[in-house]
Amino acid sequence: MSDEPLLDVSDLTVSFDFRRRSLAAVSGVSFRLARGERLGIVGESGAGKSVTGFAILNLISKPGRITGGTISFEGRELTALRAEEMRQVRGNRISMIFQDPMMTLNPVLTVGTQMVETIRAHAGVSRRQAEERAVEALRKVYISSPERRLRQYPHEFSGGMRQRIVIAIALLTSPALIIADEPTTALDVTIQAEIMDLLLKLCESERMGLILITHDLAVVSQVTQRIAVMYAGRIVELGETARIVENPSHPYTRGLLAALPQSAARGRRLAQIPGSMPNLTTVPAGCPFSDRCERCESVCRERIPPLTAKDTGCLAACHLLD
Amino acid sequence: MTTATPLLSIRNLVKHFDISGGLLDQLKWRDGRMTRRRTVVKAVNDVSFTVAPGETVSVVGESGCGKSTLARAVMGIYPPTSGEIWFGGERIDSLSPRRMLPYRTRMQMVFQDPYASLNPRMTVRATLEEPVFFHQPNLSRAEVKDRVAEVMRQVGVDPAWADRYPHEFSGGQRQRISIARALVVDPAFIVADEPIAALDVSIQAQILNLLMDAQEERGLTYLFISHDLSVVRHISNRVAVMYLGTLCELAPTEELFSSPRHPYTRALLSAIPRLGRQGFAHLRLSGEVPTPINLPPGCVFHGRCPYAFDPCTREVPRPIVLDNGVALACHGVADGRI
Ligand SMILES: Nc1ncnc2c1ncn2[C@@H]1O[C@H](COP(=O)(O)OP(=O)(O)OP(=O)(O)O)[C@@H](O)[C@H]1O
Ligand SMILES: Nc1ncnc2c1ncn2[C@@H]1O[C@H](COP(=O)(O)OP(=O)(O)OP(=O)(O)O)[C@@H](O)[C@H]1O
Ligand code: SF4
Ligand SMILES: [Mg+2]
Ligand SMILES: [Mg+2]
Repeated sequence: MSDEPLLDVSDLTVSFDFRRRSLAAVSGVSFRLARGERLGIVGESGAGKSVTGFAILNLISKPGRITGGTISFEGRELTALRAEEMRQVRGNRISMIFQDPMMTLNPVLTVGTQMVETIRAHAGVSRRQAEERAVEALRKVYISSPERRLRQYPHEFSGGMRQRIVIAIALLTSPALIIADEPTTALDVTIQAEIMDLLLKLCESERMGLILITHDLAVVSQVTQRIAVMYAGRIVELGETARIVENPSHPYTRGLLAALPQSAARGRRLAQIPGSMPNLTTVPAGCPFSDRCERCESVCRERIPPLTAKDTGCLAACHLLD
Repeated sequence: MTTATPLLSIRNLVKHFDISGGLLDQLKWRDGRMTRRRTVVKAVNDVSFTVAPGETVSVVGESGCGKSTLARAVMGIYPPTSGEIWFGGERIDSLSPRRMLPYRTRMQMVFQDPYASLNPRMTVRATLEEPVFFHQPNLSRAEVKDRVAEVMRQVGVDPAWADRYPHEFSGGQRQRISIARALVVDPAFIVADEPIAALDVSIQAQILNLLMDAQEERGLTYLFISHDLSVVRHISNRVAVMYLGTLCELAPTEELFSSPRHPYTRALLSAIPRLGRQGFAHLRLSGEVPTPINLPPGCVFHGRCPYAFDPCTREVPRPIVLDNGVALACHGVADGRI
């Protein structure tokens, strides 16, 4: 039983129906997450990171829909749940943190009201007890004088404090999994460090699973145990964080890491990947990276490479690696 | 490098914005009397530094610390509240528009958002030809055309695409085009305000390479603004750290990153994400950044500084220059405590 993964996403495909045709924003994505494990999903804008996160929570709305695959969470198949059951899962077992804290916070209610409502919807406790829990939760995310702060509205807090409050709210129901989509992208580095430090410690102490979605490889490398690299809707590399950072397999992951300034001597030209990631309508046939890959051979343009185990100990989707 | 005659010299620059609104907004009933209150954002306060020819000086610091305001004041977009801007040995902050004209070609600016900074209704050719026609009216059409084609090649955009519109290009290509627009008038100096912040990771390296190549080929001088400290470390000769409108520390790049002295610089550097590091341990600052409307007295950082002592709450620290060329404004350093 303890071997059963917390989350098992298998062959997930999410498509958007456009006027003429339907395009897959996420194609055949599979990964597992153990209880308490932290996984990073990295990739460039439009790679399909957020759509993957939304799909797990069944939050894909028209013109998008899940067109294939399964998502098993704590042994339940999420894609088969009715809307009400799914709301229960979202309210209790999985929490989401967005880049913009105002996606979670209601601007016209005090922070205290919102927290108390969440607690009481989850656990049948009195208002007083709920308030005490809310104070405790704010304290956990280092909000000083929490009793006073509960009476304030979201706009009375700085961006970093709002995101800490969102984390406090996400934790109220003791979820088994947190999906954090670019939670610090809009924040300054000192505030990012504070939030990430907090999130990491809370995940460890509460043994919560984390899916951290970001385009920042360095951030992901500091927080997660495994990384999934997405490109044009597919996972192109999946493996232990340390292995990927030290010895990436896929030509795209290699290119990304090599392009970071810290990979080059100061003042020297950086390694660069030519071109840019295709959008949904221009993905080449075969390997989606083929038109930018310096190793590309004819097989790459013909068949989509499957994600398979490579010598490096990671899974990678590339025809030319052993 | 720092001893050469500077190309740019910023002297005691102050830029305040009056955001009081109309007279009626300013009137307040207070203690039984009508009083008039002005609300002033003190965005940049007494900042001085120089940039030598061929040098890249970067300005770093958190959102709202005054980086863009400083950049715009240097470019003459915002008139300074007080202080002076010198360029190539001449004071330029109070020139008439006509006397400023030659500096509009020698100094150029590249912005963060290539979507907003290019006119969507102008083709690339029109965008690039316009400044040349304006500043060099004596050039023939053919010469202008050649100049534009050459610049397009240099920034890596095929001149055959000159008749396309900005929306037909990707974000990275659009940023190449806005860099081309800066280069086409053959400037000596470019202010780049977060030029890669809006771009994808795999595109950032392309644009940084382009900026470094252009600098080498044309001997350009850069004032570079970024919040990405690993990028700043890579491309800068010197780095200026700002906090709440004030210059905390200005140091040669290696000095700054290997031995930061100012307490704020230390906190900032400890927070930079680093590939492959475990966890997010960092120097935690207490409290929040105060607003530039109510600047704290003394050192603007004192409310959050772990080293603050008595003078910090009263006197603004004066910049001191250490033997290794590092300039610092901190009582703790001046007093030998840090
Ligand atoms: N509501 C929508 N309608 C149409 N297409 C969409 C919609 N949402 C997402 N897409 C498409 O799905 C693809 C993946 O988008 P997604 O938001 O997952 O990217 P991402 O990796 O999260 O990027 P970013 O880093 O910019 O957040 C994109 O090509 C996007 O255009
Ligand atoms: N035109 C303006 N009118 C009023 N206030 C302004 C104006 N421009 C900037 N400010 C204020 O001046 C301060 C400094 O802003 P500035 O844009 O220079 O910061 P920045 O360091 O560039 O920040 P960011 O990293 O977010 O770009 C801020 O408090 C800002 O709100
Ligand atoms: S399969 Fe070919 S094209 Fe695709 S990443 Fe590997 S080498 Fe490149
Ligand atoms: Mg996203
Ligand atoms: Mg700015």
